[in-house]
Amino acid sequence: MSTSSVSKGCFVFKPSAKKKKTLSLEDHFSHGCESAESSEKRFKLCQDLWDKIKSDTEVLQDDLNRKILDSLLDFTRKCSSTRQLSDWASQMRASEIPTAALVLGVNVPDHDMTFQSLSELLQQSVTPHVASVQAKECGALKHLMKRVLERLMGTDVTVDDEEEEEAEQTSTPLHKSVDFHLLNIFPVFQKSNTPGKKRSSPSRDDPQQPPVVIIFKDLEAFNPKVLQDFILICSRYIERLPLMFIFGIATSPSTIQHMLPHSVSSLLCIELFQSLSCTQHLATVIDQLILTHHFPFKLNAKVLQVLMSIFLYHDFSVRNFIKGLQLALLEHFHSQPLSVLCCKKKDALLNVMQLSHSDLERIRNLPSFKRYRNTQLNAHTSKESNALGYFCFQEVCQKLIKGLHKYHKNYYPVLRCLHTLTSSLPRYPLGKQVRELHLICLEKNVWENEDYQTAMKLLRMLAKDELVALLQRCVEILQPTLLEMNESRRAKKLSPFEVLRNEALEFLDNLVKSHLSPPESHTLNEVCYYTSSATVRRHLNATPRTSIQAALNSPYYYLQNDRLKTVDGSVSNSAPDICIAYKLHLECGRLINLYDWLEAYATVVSAAEGNNPDSDNYGKVEEVKHARFIRAVSELEFLGFIKSTKQKTDHVARLTWGGC
Amino acid sequence: MTKMLQHSGYEEERLQRVAELLPCREVQAGMLLSLMGQPQQCSYPSIFIYGHRASGKSHVMQVLLKELELPHATVSCVECVSVALLFEQVLLSFFGCDAASLLPRSPSLSDFVRIYRQHCSQTPAKQTRYIVMEKAELLRDTDANLLPALLRLQELVDDNVTIILLSEIVWDKFRPNTGCFEPLLLHFPDYSKGELQQILSQDKHPSYSAEFYSSYINILLGVFYSVCRDLRELRHLAALNFSKFCEPLAEGKVKETDTHKLWRNIEPHLKKAMQTVYLREVSSLQWEQLQQMEERECGALRGLSAHTHVELPYYSKFLLIAAYLASYNPARTDKRFFLKHHGKIRKTNFLKKNEKTSNHLLGPKPFPLDRLLAIFYSVVDSRVAPTASIFSQISSLVTLQLLTKVSHDDQLDAPKYKCAVSMDFICAISRTVNFEIIKYLYDFL
Repeated sequence: MSTSSVSKGCFVFKPSAKKKKTLSLEDHFSHGCESAESSEKRFKLCQDLWDKIKSDTEVLQDDLNRKILDSLLDFTRKCSSTRQLSDWASQMRASEIPTAALVLGVNVPDHDMTFQSLSELLQQSVTPHVASVQAKECGALKHLMKRVLERLMGTDVTVDDEEEEEAEQTSTPLHKSVDFHLLNIFPVFQKSNTPGKKRSSPSRDDPQQPPVVIIFKDLEAFNPKVLQDFILICSRYIERLPLMFIFGIATSPSTIQHMLPHSVSSLLCIELFQSLSCTQHLATVIDQLILTHHFPFKLNAKVLQVLMSIFLYHDFSVRNFIKGLQLALLEHFHSQPLSVLCCKKKDALLNVMQLSHSDLERIRNLPSFKRYRNTQLNAHTSKESNALGYFCFQEVCQKLIKGLHKYHKNYYPVLRCLHTLTSSLPRYPLGKQVRELHLICLEKNVWENEDYQTAMKLLRMLAKDELVALLQRCVEILQPTLLEMNESRRAKKLSPFEVLRNEALEFLDNLVKSHLSPPESHTLNEVCYYTSSATVRRHLNATPRTSIQAALNSPYYYLQNDRLKTVDGSVSNSAPDICIAYKLHLECGRLINLYDWLEAYATVVSAAEGNNPDSDNYGKVEEVKHARFIRAVSELEFLGFIKSTKQKTDHVARLTWGGC
Repeated sequence: MTKMLQHSGYEEERLQRVAELLPCREVQAGMLLSLMGQPQQCSYPSIFIYGHRASGKSHVMQVLLKELELPHATVSCVECVSVALLFEQVLLSFFGCDAASLLPRSPSLSDFVRIYRQHCSQTPAKQTRYIVMEKAELLRDTDANLLPALLRLQELVDDNVTIILLSEIVWDKFRPNTGCFEPLLLHFPDYSKGELQQILSQDKHPSYSAEFYSSYINILLGVFYSVCRDLRELRHLAALNFSKFCEPLAEGKVKETDTHKLWRNIEPHLKKAMQTVYLREVSSLQWEQLQQMEERECGALRGLSAHTHVELPYYSKFLLIAAYLASYNPARTDKRFFLKHHGKIRKTNFLKKNEKTSNHLLGPKPFPLDRLLAIFYSVVDSRVAPTASIFSQISSLVTLQLLTKVSHDDQLDAPKYKCAVSMDFICAISRTVNFEIIKYLYDFL
């Protein structure tokens, strides 16, 4: 590969095909993995878990969307059936284009999945003619037309594009802009309606025309002019062509009126469809994926907090939340060798017996295990300590794993039970959503929390019927796990209300105390709980500015060159020019004298070159250094640390504070 | 009683039929007929017809050309996203698809003229050919030479062809700077109330008498004439509300002739229609369903503009608030609002001569990204790291059209924005985060 060009330039060489040896996912996983011997097993566990999470969320998503999609489908069916009516009123009515305004919430990337399943459903049960368009591919009317026609006809449509014309003028004398007309879908349209071809709705034997559905995925982003013209054109053919629109709206339905003047919106018959709010959506996802003992993998309070705050503060994206969960899952299995035990109880017990010596050593060194051993040692001096020897050790581990699973099994029902009781209290002392209560419980002993005490006090003040209703609901939650509690309560049903109330609440308090202790207090929790919130935050919520400052302050962090290593946080003389210039500028005030800066720079660089401090050339500004300095300064300006100023000649202004 | 159209070139019967199809437009149709002359006569090169929406321009042209069987091509300028489409449709309807396929890719005007002449010499016109261009105002946005050339197409192609331009705006707004051939102007005035009554009464319901329907139209016009004179829209409204009008009749409470009682029954209903279905707040389908429901349930349905609530992530709300403050406060006053020790500065000291008018009357002003972020960090209650997602939220606010980008897309350095939300909207947003925005607005100091 060479270039014979004389001029300077930048050339892109695509890597040759043979170099592209694709590594499998597993290779990537094992690479740099802690404790490589069990990596295969961990990778499999991780993947199984992820597959389950993925399929579960997909099912969940479908369930959530079902209602709104069903009503949309009904709407399309209704529209295409009313069209055939031939009574007086429908003849006199101006034929409007049926339009569904689908309000989906502000997080646009999440809508893709909804539209995907919507158009699939439409194609399955209503009409084969579905075209969905996005604003970014339809800058002008002709592009919008082109996309719509392409998708309806399933072929390419040529548009007379200025760029293409030169090249194709000679090769294709027969131009194709004939295709570029809405009526061209007629042939396709009619062909599919001939009786020979069966549609999937054969139940109705009337020759009903399936509508042509055009979905605008992101209405707000469309150019209003383009949209208006398109609607005008469509309305010219509405009598011959059963068109239908679906508008995907992120903000509020009033946008339609902002975008379309009355003359255009009067051509539409708009019906509103509101989808589930994204916070409700998240609540369901958390309910299914986090607040359940079916998934052995758990997040600790901090990680969950990070994921939740990204959702609530930044993007409202359920998809990103699940991505974050996936990242945590991957990181956990990648970095924690003991995660082989993070699986179903049966498998975990098996895996304990297959642990290598080093893994057992790791268990011994777990903080939670050390705590456990200390308590054991204190309780029984000699007998039990033997049990911690190598042979029985695995059995002890098995016992502990069982304990951990039991803890999870009891934790979630009791959590929900406590939430049912407290979520209806005034001012929500323990949070409105069950996830808030979960976070409190994960952090520390919930019963030591002040809010818990107030909640209990408030519960004691509840009226009889309210309390009984709440308790009834609790019983329903607890039924499968704690049958015995149920009976003890029933037996005393005849005693006076106050005694019973106190007993019931006492019982609840005991339940909370015995089952809602934070996971850190449980031995071997490290196996299941992912704790590195900093990693998750770093990966999901990038901070470009902090990274730039880190790079400038300690280039070793990114460049990994031993010469750049320093101890006290200072910058070595051999650091890149921009780092030296940055370091020097930190010592200046608001205005920086460029010449002083240059001199200081030259001195530092001379020292790096190993010049003799006594020689004449030392610290002298020669052309190359000057040029390097200027480049460093302009790079700093580009990064936004300094800017030129007119206040003083030969000075630049600093744009950041501190560092002196 | 329809007036007779008279013209020596056409048969009496046909003219009679045309006249029946064009109620209240006899004068204009007669004028057009005399301009067009007899079919084989050479006609004036271009005619410009203007009048409001639904004043019968296209309808008159269609009826005349179809009923009198004149060769014509009708083109809607909205549909012609490129001139190629326009040329193609004209050639297609005059000379068939052979001619249309001769056009090269992205043809120029001279290509069109060349092909036209070529075919026209093979099949010379026995009658005047007409090209009708609907929504001609869009021709102003195409190439500068297109409109002048079309106006004298007769000369260019050397054929008996007439261009008829239909437009909602007057010719003065069309005339190019360089001057052009002046077409004949013909105005279609709005229908008067009486004319509307006459036209609308024609589509009577088959099972009711003409008088009954006519009295219904009379009531309808009484309500709607002051806000809407669009024939198409009025016809639509008439169809939607007629069943309600007939209701007391079907129940046997009133007779067809008892106009007053019928009026009392329908009038509030029509008033309500004016606020809902006419504005498309409620779709016509929903309106029809509503009529079948009980009166009490009607209140439950909210119009489109009633839904203005938008759920936003927490920081997006503050970004929007910061953008609003940056758009409506002068930059000088930021110190006063966001610095802790700003001292006592009264509004009068701040006031500059030109700032006496309310900033809210002047509309939002553009602001640079730096200022937005500076205000954002001072209004948001917790410490926020300047993460990438803060920046991406700004661009999502732009795609949601809550902010608009003022600077060019290519300008990466220091982009400028404007806040595009209303006062009510931002107040609602601020309430959800317990931020008293009024305290921070210079106009309300």
